[in-house]
Amino acid sequence: MKTSIHFSLKFGIGLILLVGMFCVSMVFGAASTSLLDVWQTLFTDVKSDAINILRELRLPREVAAMLVGAALAVSGAIMQGITRNPLADPGLLGLTSGANAALAISLALIPGINYFGITLVCFIGAAVGAIMVFGIGSVKKGGFSPLRIVLAGAAVSAFLYAVADGVGIYFKISKDVSMWTAGGLIGTSWSQLQMITPFIAIGIVVALLLSRQLTILSLNEEVAVGLGQKTIQTKSILFVVVILLAGASVALVGNMAFVGLMVPHIVRAIVGTDYRQIIPMSVIAGAILMLLADTIGRTINIPYETPVAAIIAIMGLPFFLVIVRKGGRVFQ
Amino acid sequence: MIHRHQVKKQRIIFIVLLSLIVISAFISAGIGYSTLSFNRLIPTFLGQGTFKEEFVLFSVRLPRIIITILAGMALALSGAILQSITRNDLADPGIIGINSGAGVAVSIFFLFIPTQPGSFVYLLPLVAFIGALITAFFIYILSYNRGTGLQPVRLILVGVGFSMALSGLMIVFISSADRQKVDFIANWMAGNIWGADWPFILALFPWLIVLIPFTLYKANKLNLLNLNEPVAIGVGVAIEKERITLLLAAVALAASAVSVTGGIAFIGLMAPHIAKSLVGPRHQLFIPISILLGGWLLLFADTIGRNVIEPNGIPAGVVVALIGAPYFMYLLMKK
Repeated sequence: MKTSIHFSLKFGIGLILLVGMFCVSMVFGAASTSLLDVWQTLFTDVKSDAINILRELRLPREVAAMLVGAALAVSGAIMQGITRNPLADPGLLGLTSGANAALAISLALIPGINYFGITLVCFIGAAVGAIMVFGIGSVKKGGFSPLRIVLAGAAVSAFLYAVADGVGIYFKISKDVSMWTAGGLIGTSWSQLQMITPFIAIGIVVALLLSRQLTILSLNEEVAVGLGQKTIQTKSILFVVVILLAGASVALVGNMAFVGLMVPHIVRAIVGTDYRQIIPMSVIAGAILMLLADTIGRTINIPYETPVAAIIAIMGLPFFLVIVRKGGRVFQ
Repeated sequence: MIHRHQVKKQRIIFIVLLSLIVISAFISAGIGYSTLSFNRLIPTFLGQGTFKEEFVLFSVRLPRIIITILAGMALALSGAILQSITRNDLADPGIIGINSGAGVAVSIFFLFIPTQPGSFVYLLPLVAFIGALITAFFIYILSYNRGTGLQPVRLILVGVGFSMALSGLMIVFISSADRQKVDFIANWMAGNIWGADWPFILALFPWLIVLIPFTLYKANKLNLLNLNEPVAIGVGVAIEKERITLLLAAVALAASAVSVTGGIAFIGLMAPHIAKSLVGPRHQLFIPISILLGGWLLLFADTIGRNVIEPNGIPAGVVVALIGAPYFMYLLMKK
């Protein structure tokens, strides 16, 4: 029981950090606001310029940042658990590029597609990308080794990005496509959030419910079967969860690599290898990371905005390198 | 000993490829946005065309054809070297991050150094070269282990990580630049052959003239490096020294090509592969074939891309990726 007390303490500290980070990112930005404004935005009906900015621009944006951070972190954690591969990440393994390609194709063929349609298309694309990468991986036994998966991911991504580029140029819609894929958190609205939030919420809840099975699965396939787990069924459900989370994130903010890679690793260093603790902690850590990245992106080069994806990519590289170095023996 | 029939087979394939390039170049010169009919090609080439015909052929199409062939050759050779020194058949200058290094250097230079357009374009290859070299240096350092030397697998993983992060860095630069420059950089990234002019041919040509004979001269060393380390050390190859010189050569080739064509991947992967399956793994035999194949592949891709939609076409890099990525996946599944 000692560990669980310990965990709730860590979880509590995480929550406090999250609230703190949320306040920081609400206060700082191109238009200066105060903590009082933030308080009034959240809990009162007072109206003023600063509060309007917060309510209509910054609040939806930060909520989106938290949702996407949580979704990507959880999907990364699940992927790392299922494949037992420390380098798994929705951006590296073809989901993001799949959603991109699907987005480009649908914008080309159905010009007036609405936001719900785009969300659905992103899910399909993410699924196609993931199936391609895992298909290549599963042809051979031991195909889920980090090198093979990363290479397969790189190739599939290159292919799908080329499809997206080609379609964009051919139908002269590359600007629209890049507005979606490179848009980041800019211009996130409440109506978009209404559409996306249920998907992410369902995904995270299912992930939490299955976290026990995921822990067993992450140890060893034979152990899982031996303990009476229906591995194929569990894996399929988790796969759908990953696609829901990653697809919804792309529909909301476009490309975002490395979040799903970094967060589970940080979290594992804090709470250990039990996914019942990794997943809730990933939700919090992912949200904090995205808030941090977004705040940096908004404030580093005022009045220009530096896309969050870029900030994340720069933070992510050292991580990637450390993981590659630490896991050196695995790759031999 | 190389069997005589192998050498003969290689000669035949070499000649076939050479004629294939000539034919493709001829077709490529004859089709395009501006009209220049096939039966006018040879008279124009011999100096009997109208002003317009001469302009289209000598100032627009011919330089572009030559640039694509040369760049394809350089990329193929670079890929061949990388595959042998990393002992990994899936190495390619684009996949392991050299392209993105050159890309970041080009964007920094383009955005932050105020120079007259017109004079600076000839500096771009140099800048791209420096960027690629710095990136390759970092990738090399990070995949080096004091105990075991260079770890080929790690080289590739680190390269993939670098290429993703550098693309991120690029977005940072782009996000604070003005529209026109962004368009240029976006096109550069997609592998649009932008340096289609005679001076760029002069910038690319010397590298090939020097490095093709150099690589062929090193062919035996490459054969040994490709086997395994103990064998190579056993027969007296100074492993680290050879690796570094050859890596430098590969980076130089890729960087010089990428600096005039923009980000093109997969040529360096496909060409050596097809060449090996045609004439076997000896470097003396497959390198010339792979060079020709690379030139032809890029010319082919650019000709398609140029003519799919008019007037601007699809960047050659996109066409190459559409052909090359499935090939790569096929290799990955087979291995």
